[in-house]
Formats: sequence, C-alpha cells, structure tokens
Amino acid sequence: MSASVLFDIPGPRARLRNGLLTVLGVAAVAAALYGVYAGFDAKGQWAAEIWLPFLKWNTWQVYIFPGLIGTLRAAAAASVLALVFGIVFGLARLSDHSWIRIPAGAVVEIFRAIPLLLLIFFIFYLFPTLMGGGDYGFVALVLGLTLYNGSVLAEIVRAGVNAVPKGQAEAAYAVGMRKNQVMRLVLVPQAVTAMMPAIVSQLVVLLKDTALGYIIAYVDLLNTGFNILPAAIFGALIPAAIVVGVIYVALNMALSFLATWLERRSRRSRRSTTPPITTGPGPIESGVGSAAVP
Amino acid sequence: MDELIKYAPDLALGFLENVKIAAVGAVVSMILGTILVAMRVSPTPVLRAAGTVYVNVVRNTPLTLVLAFSALGLSDRLGLVFSDVPLTNSFWLVSLGLSAYTAAFVCEALRAGVNTVPIGQAEAARSIGLTFMQSLTMIILPQAFRAVIAPLGSVMIAMIKNTTVATAGGYLADSAAVMKITFDQTGASIPIFIGLIIAFMVLTMPIGFLTGWLSRRLAVVR
Repeated sequence: MSASVLFDIPGPRARLRNGLLTVLGVAAVAAALYGVYAGFDAKGQWAAEIWLPFLKWNTWQVYIFPGLIGTLRAAAAASVLALVFGIVFGLARLSDHSWIRIPAGAVVEIFRAIPLLLLIFFIFYLFPTLMGGGDYGFVALVLGLTLYNGSVLAEIVRAGVNAVPKGQAEAAYAVGMRKNQVMRLVLVPQAVTAMMPAIVSQLVVLLKDTALGYIIAYVDLLNTGFNILPAAIFGALIPAAIVVGVIYVALNMALSFLATWLERRSRRSRRSTTPPITTGPGPIESGVGSAAVP
Repeated sequence: MDELIKYAPDLALGFLENVKIAAVGAVVSMILGTILVAMRVSPTPVLRAAGTVYVNVVRNTPLTLVLAFSALGLSDRLGLVFSDVPLTNSFWLVSLGLSAYTAAFVCEALRAGVNTVPIGQAEAARSIGLTFMQSLTMIILPQAFRAVIAPLGSVMIAMIKNTTVATAGGYLADSAAVMKITFDQTGASIPIFIGLIIAFMVLTMPIGFLTGWLSRRLAVVR
C-alpha cells in the first residue's frame, strides 16, 4: 500500500502518537468485544449445549436450510420480476410518446417513495380482502420487493441508456435505423455493460430486504434464526442470531464483490463507449481518500 | 374515506413516532458516520481496519436483523436498558439501532466525497504544515460534505422510510404498526394507505428538493 496523501510519512512524534492510538484502538475494540462476550456469558449464551446443535447436520437440514431456501426463493422471484418491471418502465420513461412516458414516470416515482414495509403490509392485507383467506406472505413479500426495487431499476435503466454518448444514436439514425432498431441494437447493448454494477448493487439491497418477510411471518432465514431455532433448541437465541447473521453477511458480501468486480471490468473494457453508472457519487480514482483506503 | 377520518388521530400519532425516530437517527447517524469516515482515512492502521470492518459488516446486514438483534440480543440478553418504561426503552433501542445502520451508509457517502477532493488540496495542506486532524477538519471534510449533499439527502430519505421497520425492534407505536393494527380491524383500506404515503412524501420530498438545491448552490467550483 502506498502512503496516503492525507498525512506525511510519520516522524518520531507521529510514530509515538500512532502507537498510542493503536494501543487505545485495540483496547477500545477489545473492551467492547469483551463487554459483549461477558454479557452473553453471564446469560449462558456460550454454553456448549446450545452451540453443539450447530455442528449437527440435522439442525441445518431441518431449520437453517429451509429458512435459507425461503429467503433465496423470495429473492430470486423478486429479482426476475423486478428486472422485467425495471426494463419495461425504464424504457417506457424514455418513450417519445407522452401518454406512455408520463404514466410510467408517475408509477416509478410513487413506488420509489413508498416505505417498503408499508407497501408489503398493504399487499399482505389487500389479497385476503380481494381473494379470500390463505397465506399471502410470499406473494406480499415478492410483490412489494418487485414494485419497489423494480422502480429503482427503472431509474438505473433510464440513466444507463441516457449515459450512452449521443453520437451513437445519431450515427445509428444516420445509417437509416428505425427508433426500435436504434434502441435494441445500439443503445441497450451498450447501456447493459454500464448498468451491470448498479443492477447487482440493487440486487444486494433486494436480498437484504427479503428479511422484511420476518415481520409478516414469512419463513425466511431471519424467522428461522429468531423464532424457530430458539424455540427448538431452548435458549439458543444468540448462537442462532450469530449463525444467521454470518450467512446474511457472507451472501451479501459475495454479491457486493461481484458488483465491484463488474465495475472494474467494465471500466477497463473498450467494448462499450459508456462509463459505468453508479447510484451514488462515483468513486474518483485520483481523489484524496483512495490512497489511504486499503 | 370514512376509515381514514376515523383512524386519523391514531395514525397521526404513529407517524409522529416515525418523525421522532428519524430526528434522532439523522443527528446520531451523521455524527457516527463522520467519526467512521475519519477512522477510515486515518494514519492509524487499527482504526482504519476497525472502520472498514464495521462498515462492511453493517452494510451487508439486513436492517430487520439489526433491529431485532438490538431488541432481543442487546436489551433482553445484555441488559442494555435506556429507561424503565418499556416503550421508551424500545424507542431508544430502535433509534440507535437505525442510527448505527445508517451511519455505515453516511460513511460510504462521505468517503466518496473525500475521493472527489483533488490530491493537490491535501498536498497543499500538508506543505503548509497542517496536521492530519487539521487538514481533515479544515480542508478535506468541508469540501467532501459539499460534494455529497445530494447523496446524503438520499441516505436520509432512505433512513426516514426505514423508520417503519421499527416494528421489528419491538417498537409497536410507529405508523407501520398502527396501520397493521388498523388493518386487523378494517381489512386493507386504500384511503389509510394513501394517507400514510402522502404523509411520508410530505416529509421526504422537501428533503430531496432542498438537498438538490443546496448541492447546486454549494458545489465547489473547480
């Protein structure tokens, strides 16, 4: 790692100060960890009998995997539907006809502004009213995630197509392509490369938000961890929470790394004329913080 | 429409709870996020590593898990109690849980802002003899904040919408919980749903406009 531009190569006093801060930092982190450890220890949460079940295949097979499958099933269904929703509404917002553009814009803006949990609750209660009794946990969760994340994806699609340099569309029109051909053959293929990182980041958000199913009692990983497992293995709340938390973090980090890798790849690639779009302010390579961050 | 009028006082009280959580969340998460970003660019490797681990873990954990853990794990098991009144206690647990979660996003937004500050600014600060803390607080962070006003606004809007997840932390007084209780009696009511959405939009849209306007007005001209 190269030295940061934010501070000089430390001299004797700075080295002393850094050493002191290191000691203090380690002490603070260790104190916090020990506090948590001791607190849980006092409640017997590190006892072997509530941790041993996690070494047995049966626990994973009966409790954790069904929850994980519930989470992944909802995430997969919602991802596919949200992508379709995003592409349809994103392109509709780029339409030349105002009767398509304006309603599509309104739908996207409204669903982006609704708190997701309120939307899920509403769908959860709406379906029994319309269609009679039944378990609508899965439907409500998937539909809510689709409408919200689909709207965000629609904005990404729109930004991606708009980010393709204007010359590309002009050149395509100049060689005699029709509107539909320009979009299908020239703009969208180039935009996809630029959109990929942002799309994958949004799918991480979607995967995380499946945990809202916990609130409407959909059997997902969080429900397994906080309700079903602690009831089955008496008192194992903290072990279950830690195991489930690690699974969530590992899943999302894997997806996040994929997004970062895709972004680097498309930044390098010469096949598209469009720089990768991001949802936030893009990291600028030459900035102050980049050298300091490993 | 009658249902909305009948339940409006309850819903308004619930919505007020969301506003209160959001107010605490905005202040605490901005402070925590600024501390985190200072840690992440600091000269001390241990602090840098601690900040990185915190941000990456918290950012990849569902908010529902964070809030459920702060209620069931921190309060019930660790005995972290803010007040003897259960409702007040869970209000603070939820607000601080939400702040800890949002702080990771504030930190990421600010770090992107730090990245927009040209290297020359930091080099100039060093060459006139400013220490790390001086150059951070007087040169880097002021420019970084101005560069990310709009993204910080988006983070705050997301945070306001996330206050509805307070239910998961056992705080059953916010508007999502009130709406659920109401729907248990009336069934799904479209006017109530629309009413609440409009209330949230009234809160979030001015923030979007204000931060957009401020970011244009305060943009650092380079």
